[in-house]
Amino acid sequence: MSNVPEDLQYTKSHEWVRTLPEGTLEIGITDHAQQALGDLVFVEVPEAGRVLKAGESCAVVESVKAASDVYAPLAGRVLAGNPRLAAEPETVNTDAYGEGWLLRLRPADGALAAAGLMSAAEYRKVLDAEGG
Amino acid sequence: MAFIPHTEADVAAMLAAIGAARIEDLFDEIPAQLRVKSLAGVPEALNEMQIGRLMSERAAADGTALSFLGAGAYEHHIPAAVWAITTRGEFYSAYTPYQAEASQGTLQLIYEFQTMIARLTGMQVANASMYDGASAMAEAALMAVRAHRKSSSARILVPTSVHPHYRRVALATAANQGLKFEELPYNAQQGVVPAASLERLAGEDITALIVQQPNFFGCLEDVDALTDRAHACGMFVIAVVNPTSLALLKPPGEWGTRGADIAVGEGQPLGVPLSSGGPYLGFMTTRMEYVRQLPGRIVGRTLDSAGREGFTLTLQAREQHIRRARATSNICTNQGLLMTAATIYLSLMGPQGLARTAAASHARTRELVAALTRVPGVRLAFAGPCFHEAVLQLDRPVAPVLRSLAGRGILGGLDLSGYYPELGNALLVCATETKTSADIERYRAGLSETLQGARAA
Repeated sequence: MSNVPEDLQYTKSHEWVRTLPEGTLEIGITDHAQQALGDLVFVEVPEAGRVLKAGESCAVVESVKAASDVYAPLAGRVLAGNPRLAAEPETVNTDAYGEGWLLRLRPADGALAAAGLMSAAEYRKVLDAEGG
Repeated sequence: MAFIPHTEADVAAMLAAIGAARIEDLFDEIPAQLRVKSLAGVPEALNEMQIGRLMSERAAADGTALSFLGAGAYEHHIPAAVWAITTRGEFYSAYTPYQAEASQGTLQLIYEFQTMIARLTGMQVANASMYDGASAMAEAALMAVRAHRKSSSARILVPTSVHPHYRRVALATAANQGLKFEELPYNAQQGVVPAASLERLAGEDITALIVQQPNFFGCLEDVDALTDRAHACGMFVIAVVNPTSLALLKPPGEWGTRGADIAVGEGQPLGVPLSSGGPYLGFMTTRMEYVRQLPGRIVGRTLDSAGREGFTLTLQAREQHIRRARATSNICTNQGLLMTAATIYLSLMGPQGLARTAAASHARTRELVAALTRVPGVRLAFAGPCFHEAVLQLDRPVAPVLRSLAGRGILGGLDLSGYYPELGNALLVCATETKTSADIERYRAGLSETLQGARAA
């Protein structure tokens, strides 16, 4: 059973969102997602300053078998991509909810409320339905 | 790998396994009104003897003209061993096998091709080949847009001295994917793009500059200055190069201070016959840091579980069988057979052989230009240095002159008036190591008689 921390919000496409104290957001992929992908060999994160629409492809996580898109859970402007992942993509496998974050985002006005993010309990139901 | 067709018993067993009565039943999803019953205008099948005769007659109609036509496809001597080896059964099946690693010989050959192309271009990594030079340039523009993370404009600067067909293929391939190709004019005296023409674009977001060396006119661009200016303006540099010329000219990996970011080209001069225009092969190279954006197949060398050296397809995660519509490319392939010929050609020629071919081609072109510009009414269009092609300007329209020469068994070059009306009666001529002094004299005499005949008439 994969780890689903209570203090985060989630999407159906297996991204997590953490609200940081200053109102900005940190985004990554869930423990379930990193397990399904297997060992990551390359992670492509967005450039700072890029403006994202909700649902837009904003990062690529690549294992030896497949390269998968990560979608922006909500609209906003990228503050930073995680610089550590260029040299250490496996951090997403080992610490998906911590050092393995993908990007930090300043949400567009009202975007967080409009995003329809799920609680940990709701995301666990999604995983149960997928047999995960 | 042997090709063994299915027997009727094999087919019956397979149909029985899936519960179909006839092969035709597998296509019952296609509505009857969409099926083509007959092909109007397509003649009945011919047998082998008939088709052999028809093709011989067609080939004879083409004749064996003395060719001074280049413009992207070049007649070079091909050692007999190249196609004797290429057409061995082990190589002659051109397609990548579906269980690629079962064909270690094919994979090793691709690996050697990649190594040779990377060394020839001075770049860090090459793929297993592309359809042709034009499609490789279009793929390079698409790749630059993916790889250049700091640029979001998808604007690509393309000098008009780049091959006109390549420019059209790039438009056809990439314009509908949001790329904006913007023309950069060449200098009318030199036939090359002045690096200073990039100045007016400083500060704008432009994804890449394409530089062809030698350019379509055969002229040598100032690749160092263009590369450095483009990099200073934050652009990628895409090199389009002639592989033969790289035996003498600076490879794109060494252009300017940092070298080109992507280098592509047409591999036909490396052992592939002209064949009325194809099939040819493209090659494509880049820096290691962009290898994941390189489209197509890439072969790597590795060790198996017992520690033995082997070859394997690598970095496939962004190919279309895995990533579908989001693959790096869905319209490229490895030109297996032509790549095999190019690899064998390069291994037989070696660096010295290729350099001698390039030097001889350059010398023959200088000899040709000197001979033809002695003919009254013929002048050289551009002042700068060239490789193995040059643009001449005649004192009358080129098309009738070429027809007259064709009547004498000479292909005199390419009439540029449709591509570059501003150049007037311009003719692109080429001579490679295959042309002798006697051939050049035959062209000079034929041209002289043609022009004098027309003047007298």
